[in-house]
Amino acid sequence: MPENLLQIGLRIAIVVAIFSFAMTMSAALIWLERRLLALWQDRYGPNRVGPFGLLQVLADMIKIFTKEDWVPPFADKAVFVLAPAVIVFTVLMGFAVIPFGPGIWVVDLNIGLLFFLAMSSLGAYSVVLGGWASNNKYSLLGGLRSAAQMLSYEVFMALSLMGVVALAGSFSLRAIVEAQAGLWYVIPQFLGFIVFLIAGIAETHRLPFDLPEAESELVAGFHSEYSGMKFGMFFVGEYLGIAVVSAMITTLYFGGWHGPFLPGVVWFFIKMMVFLSFFILLRATLPRPRYDQLMAYGWKVMLPLALLNLVVTGALILAFE
Amino acid sequence: MNLLFYISALVAILATGMVVTRKNIVHALLYLVVSLLAISLVFFVIGAPFIAALEVIVYAGAIMVLFLFAIMVLNLGKETTEQEKQWLSPAAWVGPALLALILAIEIVFLITQGQPAASVGLVVDPKTVAIALFGPYVLGVEIASFLLLAGLVGAYHLGRKDTPAAQCNCEGDRS
Repeated sequence: MPENLLQIGLRIAIVVAIFSFAMTMSAALIWLERRLLALWQDRYGPNRVGPFGLLQVLADMIKIFTKEDWVPPFADKAVFVLAPAVIVFTVLMGFAVIPFGPGIWVVDLNIGLLFFLAMSSLGAYSVVLGGWASNNKYSLLGGLRSAAQMLSYEVFMALSLMGVVALAGSFSLRAIVEAQAGLWYVIPQFLGFIVFLIAGIAETHRLPFDLPEAESELVAGFHSEYSGMKFGMFFVGEYLGIAVVSAMITTLYFGGWHGPFLPGVVWFFIKMMVFLSFFILLRATLPRPRYDQLMAYGWKVMLPLALLNLVVTGALILAFE
Repeated sequence: MNLLFYISALVAILATGMVVTRKNIVHALLYLVVSLLAISLVFFVIGAPFIAALEVIVYAGAIMVLFLFAIMVLNLGKETTEQEKQWLSPAAWVGPALLALILAIEIVFLITQGQPAASVGLVVDPKTVAIALFGPYVLGVEIASFLLLAGLVGAYHLGRKDTPAAQCNCEGDRS
């Protein structure tokens, strides 16, 4: 019985650790993004509060908590409040299936990959409902755009992952990482990796795919009416989103915790940071496409590529086995 | 596990009831999503994790978002809520309530007669589902894909741009 209790205690400790890691990560990312963007744009960025401006996020947090939390009288109140909670909830649930190191995961589902896809597709509700409940034409347009964008990019996001599933023979993320002990899947699945990377950016609606909140055309898109911590939730949700997509790329294509000398968790963290920085670099360099270009690109280029990847992978597996 | 089954089943029933009785169409849709999530949990508890995941991805995550998209485009306002109020008059409830009562009596009879449904026998993993789909049921899968292809071609035909009527509207937007 005490052994059993120890087991349960360990599981709870891992859950708490992963949760705090995710939350700290999203706060640290805000600082990292502002500093890196400043570096690439030849300015300083936040460097006054604390060492290297690290406490800037904390100061912003205090500010955002003390701001007036305004619900517009014309909004649909219940849905308006629900929307920002949905994105944080679904993204945090996505962290549950990611194996950060040998033995370090919340749950090892035999449908882990599908669970991640399910959570990411539920995340679409947040933006769509936020846009609808605000009862504002700019918000509505933002919500409409995000509904179309997330639906289309989800299709080939899932398709691009099926090559990995076929190679590993399992939906379990632990099994997928273990199958990459010899060769990282980025080499046999390079096309799938590219498609997933692009779909991942679109799923988290980051620049250059941030059309739901395009400032130059839609004020702030779906979160125009949001203020205070409700806006903060959308913000945190977005950063948690890129963290979870980077973690998925590491898990599925770059061997997860595998690596020489250092412990597995450290390797996972290093690989994840590389992709996070890459996402920020993308934001600093690429302009935003027009909306119809985005949709055409999705359906006419990415979908055929994802299908091609799947067919070729399937044919090669059949030929060699 | 049995308790989990009954809780999620109860949530599914309550949420589905709310879908029928809500007057605001988006609220009804949200309850439908909750109902689908509850059903997905039911699948998970009785040992079908693959179907549970697909229920969330396909129904809750894709089809319901499409519904929401359509509703947002239609811009339904207060008038539709009023209309719903008229349609949901007490008299309209009698017929459906009677029919549902018959079903309820049947279910109560079945539960009291035999074993309760929630028995966790074997867990059906994704591989077993795939082998069943592409083994004995491959014909069904092929027919379903024909149906989907027909829908896809039909949608493409309706949405194509080279009709004379579409040309005058759309040429300006395309670069």
